[in-house]
Amino acid sequence: MSTETRGLLLDPLFDNNPIALQVLGICSALAVTTKLETALVMSLAVTVVTACSNMAISIIRNQIPPSIRIIVQLVVIASLVIVTDQILKAFLFDVSKQLSVFVGLIITNCIVMGRAEAYAMQNPPIPSFLDGIGNGLGYSVVLILVAIVREIFGAGKILGMQVLPLVSDGGWYVPNGLLLLSPGAFFLIAAFIFTVRTFKPAQREAE
Amino acid sequence: MSQTQFSTPRIIAFASITCLICGFFVASAAVALKDKQVENEKLDRKKQVLAVAGIDISNVTATQVDELFKSRIVPKLVDLQKDGCAGEDPVTFDQLKAVKIPGKFHAAPAGNKAKVQVKPNCATVYQVTKSDTDKSVDNYIVPIEGKGLWSTLYGFIALNASLDAVSGITFYKHAETPGLGGEVDNPKWKASWKGKKPFNANFDVDFKVVKGMAQNDHQVDGLSGATLTSNGVTYLVNFWLGNDGFGPYLKSLKK
Repeated sequence: MSTETRGLLLDPLFDNNPIALQVLGICSALAVTTKLETALVMSLAVTVVTACSNMAISIIRNQIPPSIRIIVQLVVIASLVIVTDQILKAFLFDVSKQLSVFVGLIITNCIVMGRAEAYAMQNPPIPSFLDGIGNGLGYSVVLILVAIVREIFGAGKILGMQVLPLVSDGGWYVPNGLLLLSPGAFFLIAAFIFTVRTFKPAQREAE
Repeated sequence: MSQTQFSTPRIIAFASITCLICGFFVASAAVALKDKQVENEKLDRKKQVLAVAGIDISNVTATQVDELFKSRIVPKLVDLQKDGCAGEDPVTFDQLKAVKIPGKFHAAPAGNKAKVQVKPNCATVYQVTKSDTDKSVDNYIVPIEGKGLWSTLYGFIALNASLDAVSGITFYKHAETPGLGGEVDNPKWKASWKGKKPFNANFDVDFKVVKGMAQNDHQVDGLSGATLTSNGVTYLVNFWLGNDGFGPYLKSLKK
């Protein structure tokens, strides 16, 4: 793997994380992370959509009239999201029910459009595709970490399997209900941003 | 950004082609996956019927769901209009389809609070048997639907064999706000319906989802932040268990 490719894929994980540094896509990150399973499917969906929309837009980038470029990006992204939603409904029905409106809301996920506008409009298809994957993965890392903490400490489970026996089932663990509510995710994302910025002081905003 | 100037016809042409191509992809995906999705929805409805009947369906496969459904659930047809069920087969009849076929539905009473527009002439009620071998009725499951805040809620309510208490409720399709009205899916809230009494002494429906905490057996706790969805649930339960819905049928069972 060349340095450039690796940079495109790995930079968004910690050095330029869309959630931690760019603070994009927070709303869905709160909503779908109560369970690891939904977070995984959502991560996959966002990664696929970002990568494909980046590539599609990059292919036609020289043909897009600048005056209507945003709406063209939206049309491409919206189509990809609808197709993704249809596929989920056909093959992962239960998960798609739990994700409910949030799959549709990938359209409004700032990461997808942000990358299309900031990267894909100026770069060739292959790097754009990789940039989409990278940013999707950056989003996924946060989602998955948050979901693991929320599911383990909020429900005592991981991927639906009980790992911490609950008091109500005769075990010893009292689940922390706060983690299952949206504020719980806020605290966790804040903690993630804090950790990343402690180890990478360059990401701190100027005071 | 490219500095080329684009003429207006060129922009319109580009926009049209983009729309056509995207439309083609979306339409093909929707058409190609339709069958699979319908199958999933049917399976999900069966699962919901089993779940609301209190039958454990965690960790069962699709075929096991079908088997359980066959062995424990007896579909019965109920006329919502005179002779509405003539010629229908209880196993294959689909009341959600019937409301789209002219002649198989009729208008619901104008101004009903549940905002039900049309009622099928014929509806399916499920009888749940006590076990595979004991075929006596354990629960009756009645389909319910009505407007919440944003969407129509579709669900089932289960009543015990003597028809004096709720044994479960579920909504299998709705688009209420996740976290607020969407909490109609919350297992804890659904469990709070168990044992509630939907009918008064005269067997008329008397039931309410109240704001705050339930005071008696004819009430269920409201969903906080979702007054309109809660009201919708009140209205739709009252509609379908009342005289416009399955009330007459339930009364005939009671006798």
